[in-house]
Amino acid sequence: MRDVAIASFAQATFERSSKDEVELLVDVITRARAESRLSKSDIGFTCSASCDYLGGRPFSFVSALDAVGAWPPISESHVEMDGAWALYEAWVRLQHGDVDAALVYAFGRSSQGNLNQVLSTQLDPYFLAPLWPEGDSLAGLQARAMIDAGVCSEDEIGSIATPRYGDGAAAMVLVAGPLLERASNAAVIRGIDHRIEAHSIGARDLTRSSSTQLAAEKAGACRRDVDVAVACAPYAYQEILLRRALSLTDRTRFTFLGGNSVYPYIVAGLSSVGEAFAKIASGKALSAVAHATSGPCLQQNLVCLLEVQP
Amino acid sequence: MNYAVTRMLAPVRLPFVVTPGEALSRFLSALVEGRLIGERCSECSKVVLPPRGACPTCGIATNPRDNVTVSDGGTVVMFCIVNIPFEGQTIKPPYVYASILLDGADVPLLHLVEVPVDKARMGMRVRAEWAPPTERKPSLEAIRWFVPTGEPDASYEAYKEYA
Ligand SMILES: [Zn+2]
Repeated sequence: MRDVAIASFAQATFERSSKDEVELLVDVITRARAESRLSKSDIGFTCSASCDYLGGRPFSFVSALDAVGAWPPISESHVEMDGAWALYEAWVRLQHGDVDAALVYAFGRSSQGNLNQVLSTQLDPYFLAPLWPEGDSLAGLQARAMIDAGVCSEDEIGSIATPRYGDGAAAMVLVAGPLLERASNAAVIRGIDHRIEAHSIGARDLTRSSSTQLAAEKAGACRRDVDVAVACAPYAYQEILLRRALSLTDRTRFTFLGGNSVYPYIVAGLSSVGEAFAKIASGKALSAVAHATSGPCLQQNLVCLLEVQP
Repeated sequence: MNYAVTRMLAPVRLPFVVTPGEALSRFLSALVEGRLIGERCSECSKVVLPPRGACPTCGIATNPRDNVTVSDGGTVVMFCIVNIPFEGQTIKPPYVYASILLDGADVPLLHLVEVPVDKARMGMRVRAEWAPPTERKPSLEAIRWFVPTGEPDASYEAYKEYA
């Protein structure tokens, strides 16, 4: 394993944007590239994150490449997941050692459809999807299970309101090797891991986030005495499960993205890592834990541990 | 009772309202006025049409100041003959669908060419036939099709970069 670090991050989030994906992306990619002081030709690998179900259009990640300037041809990949998983792929790619910089970006415009309904289509197609349980209904089941198990009271859960899904884009530049030595204000990824729970809701223990806990352990972030932690999830009550699963110390300043703020689906997880990076880059923290989630009721989770560049 | 399930129906219907973005909105609005607009990249000077708010070659943002009006006449740089009927088809096959490099643009536009299929060829000069102003909607259907102008064919050298 060699050190891979985040050199820069830029994002833009809106309740609803009049810009399309290329217009949203070209802004954040230009800013992230400029902040990293790298040029287009320094980037050896590009990984994007988006989901065609958000805009109801096939292959939107192909047209989004217009924002990158893919000429001369570039080495590029895509995940149909949150941007945090594109970050994971880029981190793996940089471990190969033949390229020293990667661009990661994510975009999503949830405002074009009804995401609460769209998310039903990620469920198993025989038993669950035909019943169309919306995101809110599944969240309600999870909250009920938490109350029944005595994890928290009904008052602590609050109300299950539909998240304010919004539009957004984010971009991040990663560096390794000689480009990391040249960088300033970078945050080194000391550990990164992601774990997934069973597809069937009924087969899972919804009263805890076991995949977050396992990912945190594997990333070396569990019970870590870090300065800050940033976690994200669409529903406010999910903060309770994430705080427990990450088992951070009382000293750690904890930020939760989601709940009442605009939640840019697909972008939120990368934003979470970006916020943690920003705390380190600005000198407000020396170490940070970042969390990203995907799937219904916190099905899949990613945790990474960041430290200031030595 | 015991019987085999051979098929299950699970209809999926998801409504979307797709918005085109700012640059494409300007392009679509101009079509209603009978104009074609592209964006000139400030770095490589190429004119991108339809505009996307970025130069796909350079990866830099373009803005309304980079708008340029492009001619509605151009050159067929590639074409295909559509022989296969499909759902939603509005004209009867066979017909010609072409990649047309408009004069002043650097990205070819895909559209129909109203020409007998055995007369279609690369280098053919064509011009847009617009729908009447009252029938134009903000879509490429504001142009019915392209028709041959009768000008001499463009030389291959003039458009080979785009073919
Ligand atoms: Zn350009």
